[in-house]
Amino acid sequence: MRLEYFRLIDRILEFDPVGRTIRAEAVVPTESPIFEGHFPGYPLMPGVMLLETMAQASGWLIIGVTRFNRMPFLAAFKEAKLRTFVTPGQTLIASAKLTHEGSGFAVTESEIAIEGKRVCNADITFRVVDFPTPQFRVGMQEVAVAIEFPFEAVANG
Amino acid sequence: MSSTFETVANIITETCDIPREKIKPESHAINDLGIDSLDFLDIAFAIDKTFGIKMPLEQWTQEVNEGKATTDQYFVLQNLCARIDELVAAKTAVKL
Repeated sequence: MRLEYFRLIDRILEFDPVGRTIRAEAVVPTESPIFEGHFPGYPLMPGVMLLETMAQASGWLIIGVTRFNRMPFLAAFKEAKLRTFVTPGQTLIASAKLTHEGSGFAVTESEIAIEGKRVCNADITFRVVDFPTPQFRVGMQEVAVAIEFPFEAVANG
Repeated sequence: MSSTFETVANIITETCDIPREKIKPESHAINDLGIDSLDFLDIAFAIDKTFGIKMPLEQWTQEVNEGKATTDQYFVLQNLCARIDELVAAKTAVKL
């Protein structure tokens, strides 16, 4: 995770375009300026960044399902629950399932687990649109390479 | 038609906290009921799920933007319900 850059997903572990699920790894850094404020002497991963981590995992799922042709933008969280503290150095497994693919929108169920125990979950709605610019799409493909997105699964899906 | 309207009206009431008595077949979802685009996503999600269809919102929006259709054709509730009935009928025809 690079919290300051909002680069929260480190690696895609699994992408299933048929089952429409994804699993991704994200390691909370041991040090970050964010922890200076959240909180002084008691560093905790901010809840909003846990939500964003679930959104990013879901986003990669939608990008993969749409074969890198469409870009999801966060629209709404529902039933979001932050169940326990998350601290520096912990390894998060963010997973998501595409529960509905509408016209111009998509809905996922997402959660984060640590050592098999669910620490947060949410239902997330996205607007799904064509990439606003070709450069945007290229940029996302470059990030996908960096996080080891399994492109072969997209081709086979 | 009436059952489709009742279902859609109940979805709108539950999703947007709009009193059921304010929702009429001639109501325009945006102009009369004040439903914004984000709330309409929730409504579309519920309609898709309830009727087992995929409302072509992007196509409708494109038609409105290109001047080929008016928002009344898709967002006045009795017209929306007619579109839903068409989509359900088309899905049933495919299954047959």
